[in-house]
Amino acid sequence: MLLPRPAENILLLKVTTISTIIERLKDNDPRAMARAISLVENNDPASREILASLDRESIKSSLVLGITGPPGAGKSTLTSQLISLLRQQNQRVGIIAIDPSSPISGGAILGDRVRMMDHALDPDVVVRSMATRGRLGGLCASAGAAVRIMASCGCRYILIETVGVGQSEMDIVSLADITLMVLAPGFGDDIQAMKAGLLEVADMIAVNKSDLPGAEGLCLDMEQLFHQRNMDGRQHVVKVAASLGQDIDKLLEAIRSLADQHDLKGEKDRRRQIALKRETLDWALETMRPELAVIIQKLQSDQGCDPRVNAETAITEFIKKNT
Amino acid sequence: MEKINRPYRVLVGKPGLDGHDRGAKFIARALRDEGFEVIYTGIRRTPDEIAAAAIQEDVAAIGLSSLSGAHLKLFPEVVKALERRGVTDIPVIGGGVIPEDDIPTLIAAGLTEIFTPGTPADTIINAFAEACRKHFAAQGDNH
Amino acid sequence: MKTDTPFTDWQENELAKSISRFPERREKFTTHGGAEVQRLAVPEEIDNKYLTELGFPGKYPYTRGVQPTMYRGRLWTMRQYAGFSTAAESNKRYRYLLDQGTTGLSVAFDLPTQIGYDSDDAISSGEVGKVGVAIDTMADMETLFSEIPLDKISTSMTINSPAIVLLAMYVAVAEKQGVSADKLRGTIQNDVLKEYIARGTYIFPPRPSLRLITNIFQWCSSNTPSFNTISISGYHIREAGSTAAQEVAFTLANGMTYVQTALDAGLELDVFARRLAFFFNAHNNLLEEVAKFRAARRMWAKIMQDHFGATNPASKMLRFHTQTAGASLTAQQVNNNIVRVTIQALAAVLGGTQSLHTNSRDEALSLPTEESVRIALRTQQIIAHESGVADTIDPFAGSYYIEELTNRIEAEAEDLIAKIEDKGGVVACIEDGFIQRQIENAAYEYQKDIESKDRIIVGVNEFMIEEDQKPELLRVKPEVEEAQVANLRRVKQERNNELVAKRLSELRQCAGTDQNLMEPILAAVRSYASLGEICKELRSVFGEYRD
Ligand SMILES: Nc1nc2c(ncn2[C@@H]2O[C@H](COP(=O)(O)OP(=O)(O)OP(=O)(O)O)[C@@H](O)[C@H]2O)c(=O)[nH]1
Ligand SMILES: [Mg+2]
Repeated sequence: MLLPRPAENILLLKVTTISTIIERLKDNDPRAMARAISLVENNDPASREILASLDRESIKSSLVLGITGPPGAGKSTLTSQLISLLRQQNQRVGIIAIDPSSPISGGAILGDRVRMMDHALDPDVVVRSMATRGRLGGLCASAGAAVRIMASCGCRYILIETVGVGQSEMDIVSLADITLMVLAPGFGDDIQAMKAGLLEVADMIAVNKSDLPGAEGLCLDMEQLFHQRNMDGRQHVVKVAASLGQDIDKLLEAIRSLADQHDLKGEKDRRRQIALKRETLDWALETMRPELAVIIQKLQSDQGCDPRVNAETAITEFIKKNT
Repeated sequence: MEKINRPYRVLVGKPGLDGHDRGAKFIARALRDEGFEVIYTGIRRTPDEIAAAAIQEDVAAIGLSSLSGAHLKLFPEVVKALERRGVTDIPVIGGGVIPEDDIPTLIAAGLTEIFTPGTPADTIINAFAEACRKHFAAQGDNH
Repeated sequence: MKTDTPFTDWQENELAKSISRFPERREKFTTHGGAEVQRLAVPEEIDNKYLTELGFPGKYPYTRGVQPTMYRGRLWTMRQYAGFSTAAESNKRYRYLLDQGTTGLSVAFDLPTQIGYDSDDAISSGEVGKVGVAIDTMADMETLFSEIPLDKISTSMTINSPAIVLLAMYVAVAEKQGVSADKLRGTIQNDVLKEYIARGTYIFPPRPSLRLITNIFQWCSSNTPSFNTISISGYHIREAGSTAAQEVAFTLANGMTYVQTALDAGLELDVFARRLAFFFNAHNNLLEEVAKFRAARRMWAKIMQDHFGATNPASKMLRFHTQTAGASLTAQQVNNNIVRVTIQALAAVLGGTQSLHTNSRDEALSLPTEESVRIALRTQQIIAHESGVADTIDPFAGSYYIEELTNRIEAEAEDLIAKIEDKGGVVACIEDGFIQRQIENAAYEYQKDIESKDRIIVGVNEFMIEEDQKPELLRVKPEVEEAQVANLRRVKQERNNELVAKRLSELRQCAGTDQNLMEPILAAVRSYASLGEICKELRSVFGEYRD
């Protein structure tokens, strides 16, 4: 069965609607936020106006925490616990939960929300599930925009949950001010495989499931890893039991103190600059993609030709058309 | 198969307490395989929670499944919970062990369509697609 | 006459002993033509292969059955359970059944009770009394068993996550009747692992749940020695869409987990192992199902002997209850379901079940009517008394196909169990979703086959008709919920609320230690603390499981 492309009418939203969305965003209206994120995610031209209307100060002062790690390590459970703690401290929280799209159908099952449903009725917990949509990096663009929309709507803390495998997920990490890697005992092979690159991506490690045997050892192991880089392991590795709600406060404390250090050192700014450039590149490519696709479609090409030459031809044509 | 480059987002939820999610999970997967993005909210959720999640996720349609016989109470409550939040343009589809007699009652309560066991998946997927189209059409009209 | 020693040996020992204690139903079983029905057909040559793979009924590895005479001695128990919305209504039905000569009662609870919520909890709305009886406090349990002497009957309760609380209420009601705990007989399902895997009525995370189960094992072994403390269930795993081999694998793996947990808690294997019972599904594929039951029996015997070192024969016997596959019933042409149930019931009997529940034809639509329930029971009676399959033991043994299938299911299940052990055991596999995923994939494939008509379901994707005749259906009235809520409010008003608060806080304290929780829970239910209140305390200490 073939599905037609969704009606173009997202694009047809009238100007009044856009202004309504912008208006309502100021009141943190959940539907306006959701709609705004959809518009960005769908690369709708209207999203430009919306993004321009956002509150820059709130965006600047927000803390974006990337949460990654192997499947089943407890990312969603830990995220839910962090939400609870932040809510006790009266903070508004945004969550972006990312799951992969099926490369075959383009569809996706977004299941992280299951573990966050306990917060469903709390208007100060804004959850948005996103599929990777098979885009090379386009995800960064949409997720980055979603972060800004949430921040502008008063979410001081924004958590991005993503499985720590695959490139697009790793790219997401670049959006975060602090990246937290969640590990758990019993994931020996996964951890071994990641070990080399672990510190490249992780600012901090949460050793989850501390109620299980092996957590202590894993902790020491990870602290050692930081030591080797002349960093204080105990500051960067925190043991928690997410499902029991244990030591979540310690973890949050450690995250905050690291964030403060980054702030002072100008590290946060540096990272945001990098992220911004990456997103800009994403946007540039995403913006060109549909038209390029059309051009390439029309290009005469027999089997023997060189696709790189074709690409150059397409780009030349693209430039010609757009000047 | 033609890929859709802007997938429909839908939510599949199980209001009430029954844990039999075989049907809900099958539909979620079948929808995924037809290119939908499916937010699955898991078993044992209240109508209010499902409605709130649907709004935050900006879905175009909601599918509900119940097998414990509580559908007459729970399905309409999802519709009401949406209305309480000012939302009338997200169609709600129901499915499960539902006696024929209850279907008119549910439709009258605002459900778009009701499916009973044995309905081919294609029929259900088409209904979701149709519901999504309606949702976007309504948006176009309302504004 | 066979002269092989092992066969005569079995005849002279196990069989003779069994017959002298429990004579067979008849002097002589005959065919329609009058020829004598062979008790147990065996091969010409009884070789080592036969002895290790099949053996004799009532003897290791129990492939051919757990009793030497099987249904020639006693027919399987025809146990039909049903849920009724309120305690009072159920009580009426139970007393009627007891008057008719029943000695075993079976209780189905509504979903809020199964998940540890009171009837007045917001989340219970719409569900009270729907799939069984609502029990909020011990007062409901008193009503449920009013004028029923608990020392005279055996009660089977389909309760899992909060089993310890319902068991405590049962014990407390008996106490009030003047019946001491050691006189109590019955079964609690108490199989929480399959709740995470397939059925969904979990409350706490797996580890604290296993602690509660161990607490029950421990307390019951010294207080209620005749109570079956668990019924390890593959039924719901199959209903969720697993294959036959997965059903066996995951059920036995769960069983192994319980055994290990009990051993770790210091219980003695040969004391509690005989109190383990199993519960399987009977699906449509007759031959595969027969093979499945035989494979499961052989596997469990081997597991108990080789893995756990059981010595007592009773510890190695897999005794099981069977229910026909609810998920196989169709809403279309409901009478076809009678035929499906017949095939499934036949599989269970040919597979050697100890007891059987046959589903009613209209269960795909709602609660069954009285007529449907009767037909379901009649189906069992026809198989028992007219089909002749109960007159000889394990009649499919030796069929090339059945034996090959039995071996194949065993091999596949062993493979899966090994995988689970490799991955750190059942709990780890539940937590990382391995088991759920296996089932989900199987269910998806099965449904896909139906959609593509690679699998024909009569009346659903082939041989359909226009149906306008609506079957007569039974419904639970919405007033039931209001009445139950009012009832609970009254109890909460009349009880000593200070005492309740004290008992609950004591319970919470104990939950934080590694003490056995049965006594503090007993104390709490005696004060009429509600199920929801007790579970709330436990939730606050144990946390809640979310899938
Ligand atoms: N024993 C123990 N189990 C935990 C703990 N935290 C989480 N779990 C369990 O681990 C399993 C996986 O948790 P999730 O939060 O879904 O893990 P995830 O990393 O989000 O998984 P994916 O989204 O599938 O990648 C669940 O069964 C949790 O209950 C803990 O502290 N201790
Ligand atoms: Mg997750």
